[in-house]
Amino acid sequence: MQSVKVIITGPFNAGKTEFIRSISEIDVVSTERKITDATRAIKEETTVAMDFGRITVDKDLVLFLFGTPGQRRFDFMWEILSEGMLGFVVLVDSVRPETFREARSILDVFRNYAKVPYVVAANKQDLEDAWSPEDLRIALRVDRNVKVLPCVATHRESVKKVLLELLYTILEQAEEE
Amino acid sequence: MALKGNLRDFTATQLFNLINLARKTGALTVTRDGASARMYFREGKLIHASMGSNGHLTDILLRAGKITPEQCRAVLSRAQVKTDKELGLLLMSSGYTSQEEILQAVREHMLSVVYQLFTWTEGEFRFDPNVQPPEDAITVRMDLENIILEGSRRMEELERLRDELPDLDNLALQFTQQPRSQLRRIHLTVEEWRVISYINPRNSLRQIARTCGLDDFQIRRIVYGLLNAGLVELVPVQREGQVPRPLPPRGVTVGREEPPLPPMPPPARPTRSLVRRIIDRILRL
Repeated sequence: MQSVKVIITGPFNAGKTEFIRSISEIDVVSTERKITDATRAIKEETTVAMDFGRITVDKDLVLFLFGTPGQRRFDFMWEILSEGMLGFVVLVDSVRPETFREARSILDVFRNYAKVPYVVAANKQDLEDAWSPEDLRIALRVDRNVKVLPCVATHRESVKKVLLELLYTILEQAEEE
Repeated sequence: MALKGNLRDFTATQLFNLINLARKTGALTVTRDGASARMYFREGKLIHASMGSNGHLTDILLRAGKITPEQCRAVLSRAQVKTDKELGLLLMSSGYTSQEEILQAVREHMLSVVYQLFTWTEGEFRFDPNVQPPEDAITVRMDLENIILEGSRRMEELERLRDELPDLDNLALQFTQQPRSQLRRIHLTVEEWRVISYINPRNSLRQIARTCGLDDFQIRRIVYGLLNAGLVELVPVQREGQVPRPLPPRGVTVGREEPPLPPMPPPARPTRSLVRRIIDRILRL
């Protein structure tokens, strides 16, 4: 069984969990919080939720979707997660311009990890105050040849479209047999 | 006069009991297979502990997720800052972390060192009375009673985990092929995340542990938890050929006594047929 992975990244609360949940064949829930484990002497541990989805392609191939932890103090995991990725999706909350700078920074970080295809998904396009994908392209200074796609992470068809656009970009750059 | 011996003959539990009951002050050094742990006590209480060269404040705070690699580099670049106390003050004045967070991270680091010692069944030890930690070290006073109780509990747990996962060298992990339908409410610690990121049938549990800076007990407990959660399954290590492996995380210190996994070669580019198979599948969803 071969496995490949796509990374879903973006600022905290951009909709990464919803995005993966909408398309994954396994249930994944995630929030970040503090827990108390009464069975341990150490009274409190920081936990990191797991955004982890899976799509069985066929009997020999599985696609894993990994969501990066949104908070920057866990960014040491980003590089680990990005190893060997086919490509990545930068999810942006289109109604929260205060997160655009962070999204831009995350985009730069991931581009430096690996020269793999990526797309930007302008999430929450169903909300009234959402910035349009083209406005987001300008705000995030995204190159013209990179796709900035409208997205509603809670809608499966919308998520499918984003993933497909990423895969089409990967296909263009993929090697022949 | 120094107190010397081997954990084979006088266990860590007995040693800590002695230090506690006799309210000893001094330094305890334990060495095993090149690894070395050093602990300081004052009137029977633990005040400082380090393992190998892995006890610098910035390493501790990085591992605990209290500072970022960038913040670490920023403070270390200041040549005038040398000691842990100075580093701590600088980190606090820079607003990177708080005194409470530093003390919590140091406390957890001390506990991890001591608990690791409980899992050692042998090792030369030496207790030097009245030796105190360097002036610049950050110390935290901790009662030994609870540590002894927890350490003993872990030893019992270790025995059970050894039965469940006897062989760290020839077992590897892979993601479960048939995941349980309910994977809700899975929350992972930073250490569990690290282990997850190295899952590959070609990485033995031992290699993962070394690269993540985990001892045998810690890796067994994490893997046991992941197994019971239905996230992963055990497979024999696949050894043929050179294989791609994840790099250690940037800015995170790996176990220094053991060599880390070798650097990963650039990932192979996907073939068109593979990408087309994925596209076809997603179109059918």
